[in-house]
Amino acid sequence: MTIPAQAIRHKYLRHNKKFPHVWCPGCGNGIVMAALLRAIYRMELSKDEIVLASGIGCSSRMPTYTDFNTLHTTHGRALTFATGLKLAKPSLNVVTIMGDGDATAIGGNHFIHAARRNLNLTAIIVNNSIYGMTGGQYSPTTPFGSKSTTSLYGHIEHDFSIAELAVTAGASFVARATVYHAALMDKLIEQAMRKRGFAVVEVISNCHVQYGRRNKLGGAVEMLKTYRDNAVTVKKAEKLSAEELAGKITIGVLTDREMPISTEEYKKVRQRANEAEGEL
Amino acid sequence: MISDLENKRLLLQGNEAVAYGALAAGCRFFAGYPITPATEISELLAAELPKVGGTFAQMEDEIASMGAIIGASLAGVKSMTATSGPGFSLMQENLGYACVAEVPCVIVNVMRGGPSTGLPTCPSQGDVQMARWGTHGDHPIIVLATSSVEDSFSITVKAFNLSEQFRVPVIILSDEVVAHTRECVQLPELKRIRIVDRIRPSVPPDWYKPYEGDNRGVPHMAAFGDGYRHHVTGLIHDEHGFPTQKENEVLHFQNRLTQKITRGFPEIMMTRNFMLEDAEVAVIAYGSVARSAYKAVEDARKQGTKAGLLQLITLFPFCRSQVTPVLEQCRAVLVPEMNMGQISREVQRVNQGKSIVVKHNRIDGNFITPQELYTQLVKL
Ligand SMILES: Cc1ncc(C[n+]2csc(CCOP(=O)(O)OP(=O)(O)O)c2C)c(N)n1
Ligand code: SF4
Repeated sequence: MTIPAQAIRHKYLRHNKKFPHVWCPGCGNGIVMAALLRAIYRMELSKDEIVLASGIGCSSRMPTYTDFNTLHTTHGRALTFATGLKLAKPSLNVVTIMGDGDATAIGGNHFIHAARRNLNLTAIIVNNSIYGMTGGQYSPTTPFGSKSTTSLYGHIEHDFSIAELAVTAGASFVARATVYHAALMDKLIEQAMRKRGFAVVEVISNCHVQYGRRNKLGGAVEMLKTYRDNAVTVKKAEKLSAEELAGKITIGVLTDREMPISTEEYKKVRQRANEAEGEL
Repeated sequence: MISDLENKRLLLQGNEAVAYGALAAGCRFFAGYPITPATEISELLAAELPKVGGTFAQMEDEIASMGAIIGASLAGVKSMTATSGPGFSLMQENLGYACVAEVPCVIVNVMRGGPSTGLPTCPSQGDVQMARWGTHGDHPIIVLATSSVEDSFSITVKAFNLSEQFRVPVIILSDEVVAHTRECVQLPELKRIRIVDRIRPSVPPDWYKPYEGDNRGVPHMAAFGDGYRHHVTGLIHDEHGFPTQKENEVLHFQNRLTQKITRGFPEIMMTRNFMLEDAEVAVIAYGSVARSAYKAVEDARKQGTKAGLLQLITLFPFCRSQVTPVLEQCRAVLVPEMNMGQISREVQRVNQGKSIVVKHNRIDGNFITPQELYTQLVKL
């Protein structure tokens, strides 16, 4: 289904918010926002039932612009606020948006525990391999050897694979896309939002301003082309050796499994607590 | 279940009374992380909340606990967390968020000896100034101190009421002695307890300005999902909730945040007087230390010293209007604390030469006894 861009803009962007947004021209954040809005459009969800919660960072500015119940929390803590929201009012459809630093450095502990807890939440992580907002310091996903303002001589630490981390931590649904693969991203976000359980979509995105430039990766267009050239589907990746996979980006659904959801389980806890009360 | 306990005489510890107070006040969400001497609050609520349709969550740490109660409150549910010093330190950033986004919530800190892991789990009152100033930036906050099991119930109810009324986080400072002492109490009839709920918007969603103060300076609060879509942020924001750096909007916001509390002073500032009418010397005390002070004042009276006690229930905003008359009336005032002098500095600030302020401090992990205070009182 092709969706007219104007319909999305008119329906979901805030009219009373002062645009322009804070993002640099060509930043991948806009592509992610559009994909999210298209997914919501297709799902025909009411704007009143959606909460878009974020942490702090460039990508985390997204909720400000969209006409949902929006929550811009503290750095790394979006999932903790979202957990309270969801537990207190399970009827809300809660989506969190976080940067790689937000989700896996300062918020890393919350991320793995949210995956383990398995609330019915969607977590979109915009992975641009850098701390964009603070001006280009290395993040947990900055590749070994890369340059950043705090690794001028080459980065000596190793990077997290966020999606694989989410699988290991127990998320119900985990997928990866890049901002080049916008159509796939739409589909994956929709799948994640429909999934009953903790669903993660990692989106590889370009911060050509703070990361690309310093590492001679070109501008936004060149970085997107690299994503196109380096992406391999999950299916194809299964047939490749570790050496062949080096430097590649695996895209598609990494995991999709059924597990008890904690809000549903808590309903049973209430029942058992009342039964126990009756026996006293 | 809480409804089975009303009007009954019960042997409870302070922590249990806090938990029952929360249930009576309408708290239906609790998130916490275990720490002595606060854990019983979590344990009791883990057992009781599900029975009343509420939710208990044990989070991965206190940062998450604080985030979760803010989230639940934004969903329209009264929320609380409980911890001790180390956990309270971790909560500070999100506590500031609750101040700036004006999210009602209650935080219990059962104080133990610090700093750091400190003296687990000896009594202390070392977190008084942290409760006031622990999170960064100028911010409004209410801090209450409980001194007994009975207090722990009623002050917790009061904490929720103030929090809902002013849309401000309220901190309850308890201490190891109050938390673990068992006393006989009678819980009031539930329907006789005054319960305050946040005011929800009455205007249609299109007219709603989520951060426009009413005549009290407090904005009306819609829950997420109720049709009043709005933005909540820790950034300084305009009346629509959107970030702003415009001087006039920033100033307007900051002033409103402070003034909503200033205007509420008469309701917020709570104290108790004991034998103050003709007192020539007085004790100003709070928390478990106030209990020792009652006895010391009685004993001093028997010996012929005209002593009195001003017990502070509200520590912040500091009860200047109740403390000043005592300073004007009394020749000398004793401020005993299980810290190096965190409230005595407030008393001194208000004193301005009116009276002689004498500190009495203990930081060795021991409780301040009535005998100790008596000895000090009769010397004044
Ligand atoms: C507690 C705290 N520490 C540090 C910061 C400063 N800070 C703001 S955004 C950010 C990193 C953002 O990077 P990322 O999460 O990857 O998002 P991006 O900006 O790249 O989208 C940092 C360190 C903060 N706001 N709060
Ligand atoms: S700094 Fe990077 S991540 Fe931030 S808006 Fe600019 S391009 Fe995007």
